[in-house]
Amino acid sequence: MTQPLLQVSRLSRHFPLGQGMVRALDDVSLTLMPEQILGVVGESGSGKSTLARIVMGLDRPTSGSVRIAGRDIFALSPRHLRQARRDFQMVFQDPYGSLDPRHRVGRIIAEPLHLDTTAPKGRDRRDLVGRLLRDVGLDAADQDRFPHEFSGGQRQRIAIARALITKPRLLVADEATSALDLTVQKQILRLILDLRDEHGIGVLFITHNLGVVDQICDSVAVMKDGRIVESGPMRQVMDHPAEPYTRRLLEAEPRLDVIGRKVRPKPS
Amino acid sequence: MRLPKSLILGAAITAIMVGAAVLSRVWTPADPTAMNIVARLQAPDAAHWFGTDPIGRDVLSIIMAGAWTSLGIAMLATAIGGAAGTLLGVTAAARGGRAERLVMGFNGVLFAFPPILSAILLGALMGPGAVTAITAIGVFMVPVFARISRAAAIQIWARDYISAARMAGKNDIRITAEHVLPNILPQIIVQLAIQTGLAILSEAGLSFLGMGVSPPTPSWGRMLSESQTYLAAAPHLVLAPGLAIAVTVLGLNLLGDGLRDLTDPRRGQAG
Repeated sequence: MTQPLLQVSRLSRHFPLGQGMVRALDDVSLTLMPEQILGVVGESGSGKSTLARIVMGLDRPTSGSVRIAGRDIFALSPRHLRQARRDFQMVFQDPYGSLDPRHRVGRIIAEPLHLDTTAPKGRDRRDLVGRLLRDVGLDAADQDRFPHEFSGGQRQRIAIARALITKPRLLVADEATSALDLTVQKQILRLILDLRDEHGIGVLFITHNLGVVDQICDSVAVMKDGRIVESGPMRQVMDHPAEPYTRRLLEAEPRLDVIGRKVRPKPS
Repeated sequence: MRLPKSLILGAAITAIMVGAAVLSRVWTPADPTAMNIVARLQAPDAAHWFGTDPIGRDVLSIIMAGAWTSLGIAMLATAIGGAAGTLLGVTAAARGGRAERLVMGFNGVLFAFPPILSAILLGALMGPGAVTAITAIGVFMVPVFARISRAAAIQIWARDYISAARMAGKNDIRITAEHVLPNILPQIIVQLAIQTGLAILSEAGLSFLGMGVSPPTPSWGRMLSESQTYLAAAPHLVLAPGLAIAVTVLGLNLLGDGLRDLTDPRRGQAG
């Protein structure tokens, strides 16, 4: 059996709040196999973004572990964590906040190369950035422009190019299409599917949008109040939800193809 | 993009004042130290545009030479205080926790002292002079810049591109240098202009009280204090340095306001 790409085990993250505390994550376990797309769905405040930040090593859990390609990232020394970071990258929700407005696109995309002392420099680096820009559907010459010259969807493509430059094995997309309009959303989802197929990247796709899960995910985990209430293969969870909460989410979801009408709940 | 009117006017006034200050190093209408008792306390005329002072020196020449002193001290003090304050502010924002509390506590203590009082104390310790004036004014710029840069830097630290930089393995110092400082720079520049105006006022105040540069180095503040006794006989003696101070401070404030309008994110870059 192949090794899981991402294994989250019994992960908890508590934040102190006044006298008590908030359990942003409560005993969360997940497994993502290579070249799979795992959707994590839930409403605002369900702990999805905290999960993403911890998986990316931007925040530390209160307890539990995150293994990426078998390595426990919180057991690594800072130097080894830096090296390991090449394997996992992230695309953020807000394409306006995730690109430094004062840097040119080329510099933004090349930023993760800081992790790699053997990374190409000068001319070769420009070529590499140019190739990535073409991979995500932009122009190689776009690297000399500034982020404000691009639309939201184009910026998200730039963010994806940045995430790909270290050839990661795991991509975490935190609401990466939520700020985009529907047609652009579809293009970005198409791009993520292509990247999975061509580069064999595993994707942890965090979203509140079940319609998006339906389009790209292999499996899905439903989060509520910091816990995973239901998980399994995508079709099984979407067509035969076991949990009342999942059914409520599905009923509340406006479908992309039936504009203006909600999906009738299936008779159970 | 159209430039704000205040920016154009402020930049013009500031440029004239800085130009006069620089010009005074190589040329003034008359020697600002040359006495001519016969021609004392003359009203403004074609030969002496701003008149002459109690010992017959050309007031315009003293004002120009005084611009070098006033602007020089104000700009140096603001540059030093601004650099130190900004460094403290971005450090506090980057480190958080105890370092941040320490910096902000230190700021509170500095803020609690009336600047003029502390400057007099400093003058008593160090003796009057340009270094005393620069130190006294610069020290009180530190908390202003520390507060502004910390507040601005905290906003930047919350952006996703900072998270992206951290995922690229960059440490706090590098992130501050590459992402935080360039993004708060517009706010710092605006503040530099406004604080330089205030520093001009402070320098004039210190000189007025005898804590600034010593004679014969010309200074607007000392010109004011020396001309008090001649207020009735020669009002132009008070008007000239008074107007020089007021116009320079106004110019720097307009420049600061204009720069703020120019760098306001709601302007131009919307959407």
